[in-house]
Amino acid sequence: MNGPYVPVVGLEVHAQLLTASKMFCGCSSRYSGAPPDTHCCAVCAGMPGALPVVNARAVELGLLTALALHCTVPRASKFDRKNYSYPDLPKGYQISQYDDPIGRGGFLDYRIGDRVIRWGITRVHLEEDTGKTTHTDVDGREVSLVDYNRSGVPLMEIVTDPEMRMPEEAREFVSALRQVLMYLGVNDGDLQAGSMRVDVNISLTGPNGERNPKVEVKNLNSLRALERSLAYEIERQGRLLAGGETVEQETRGWSEKEEKTVPQRTKEYAHDYRYFPEPDLPPLVIRQADLDRLTGTMPEMPMTRSGRFVSQYGLTPFHAQVLTRERPLADYFERAAAADRSVPPRIYANWITGDLMRLLGEEQRAAEEIPIPPENLAELLSLIETGEISGSAGKQVLDEMFTSGQAAHAIVERRQLRQVADSAALDTLTDEVLAANPGMVDQYRKGKTNVIQALVGQAMKSSQGRANPQVVRDLLERKLN
Amino acid sequence: MPISRHELEHLCRLAHIALDESEMVDMLGQISTVVDHVSRLQSVDTEGIEPTAYAVPIDSVVRDDDTELSWPTEAVLTNAPRRYGDFFEVQSIFE
Repeated sequence: MNGPYVPVVGLEVHAQLLTASKMFCGCSSRYSGAPPDTHCCAVCAGMPGALPVVNARAVELGLLTALALHCTVPRASKFDRKNYSYPDLPKGYQISQYDDPIGRGGFLDYRIGDRVIRWGITRVHLEEDTGKTTHTDVDGREVSLVDYNRSGVPLMEIVTDPEMRMPEEAREFVSALRQVLMYLGVNDGDLQAGSMRVDVNISLTGPNGERNPKVEVKNLNSLRALERSLAYEIERQGRLLAGGETVEQETRGWSEKEEKTVPQRTKEYAHDYRYFPEPDLPPLVIRQADLDRLTGTMPEMPMTRSGRFVSQYGLTPFHAQVLTRERPLADYFERAAAADRSVPPRIYANWITGDLMRLLGEEQRAAEEIPIPPENLAELLSLIETGEISGSAGKQVLDEMFTSGQAAHAIVERRQLRQVADSAALDTLTDEVLAANPGMVDQYRKGKTNVIQALVGQAMKSSQGRANPQVVRDLLERKLN
Repeated sequence: MPISRHELEHLCRLAHIALDESEMVDMLGQISTVVDHVSRLQSVDTEGIEPTAYAVPIDSVVRDDDTELSWPTEAVLTNAPRRYGDFFEVQSIFE
């Protein structure tokens, strides 16, 4: 599909760190929804003479990420000034890390189907976010409005090695990286809101190994946009090269509306950043004891956990992957499964990935907001397993537990959902069903025995799911033969 | 004159600074003096000496991740070239 060309892809992922305060000052970093310029001080609004001080937690979160991505962490690191003039940068420079990043030379393993892919990580470094500019028209003048609430929010940049990769592999890499960051609690993974951002570099290598200029694509605020823009660029660059033309080295943006990349005007001369060591910040010495402590707090990573769910609980790889996609969901499964071990783990997996996730989806709630304590789910599934209530009654109970927060047994008692296995009651019930459906009775006796299913269904319906379907079936068969 | 007129013009563009003819001449002289001085420093033999970016022997000055009260918006906007509501208003730029 690419002709003789092989795509070489490199990714730059920016992730805001989940700290309470900003990177270099005490202003709150939770700026979402705040009125403009209300989370600012001398430091993050770039007042002359203001002195930055490094947020220790941001360094920890960066190191945690570097360790999780198997990077080499240096014994000392420092910050540098990246100089460029742009209104979203009040100081005229961004404090970043140039030649001593907190992590280098790591990798991330991830899975596509049965294939495990290892993508190299070039570096992980810390920096600060910029302000937010909005372009608009005020009294007929075209202006840009700047809000510095986001200025100085701790930002981490993860750069991958350029590798020969297809769009799907890039997409799944970012998906896996996002999972890791969320598991670590360093980032919220919100691509749409921009707390995680992806830029991609793509070039094509020719049949004799010749390299062509690379194109950077920005504005990728979804996994889909990432995959589609890469596919588009591979096609576009391949067509240019096949036609004997050259690819221009440039920055392009992804247009969601047109489903294509379009050239972007970029900051002129901006690539001459004149980095130099930040004189306002002394170097960071990273102690082995701190790294050991951080390693000790590191949670099990999603891919390892998914593998363990298969081996320890006997789940299908599919269920294991769905459950480990988000840490709160995986935690929920394990807590529920531990609460009542008489219920097989795959039953928990079925109910959590099925009905419970459906309810969450309907209410647009996140996995950490499951309103049913895991022990209560365990109790419900135990009631079903022991035959006290039927599976269909169980679904009704789950729905009510979700909305009311009540325990399963309370709902079962109040709605009298306990399965009726008592033969006298079921005797009457089955008689009624047979009397009400003479047509089906006739068909059954003429040999169309599968109508028994419909008759059982009728009985379940009129008992509001309380009848034990197996007992009902046996009774019906006995009466019909 | 270790810095060329062309390099100075490039620097001015990067810094968004406009210089007139006499300022250009002035600056060429001054910046050249600085660059000359750095060249002299570079001639010092530093073989076997650990590089450092800092003159003061302190490291790892950090603060806890605690929030503090931000400034009143009026104070934040004091130096705004223009304002529009509580935004800084600047000449139109592109992303």
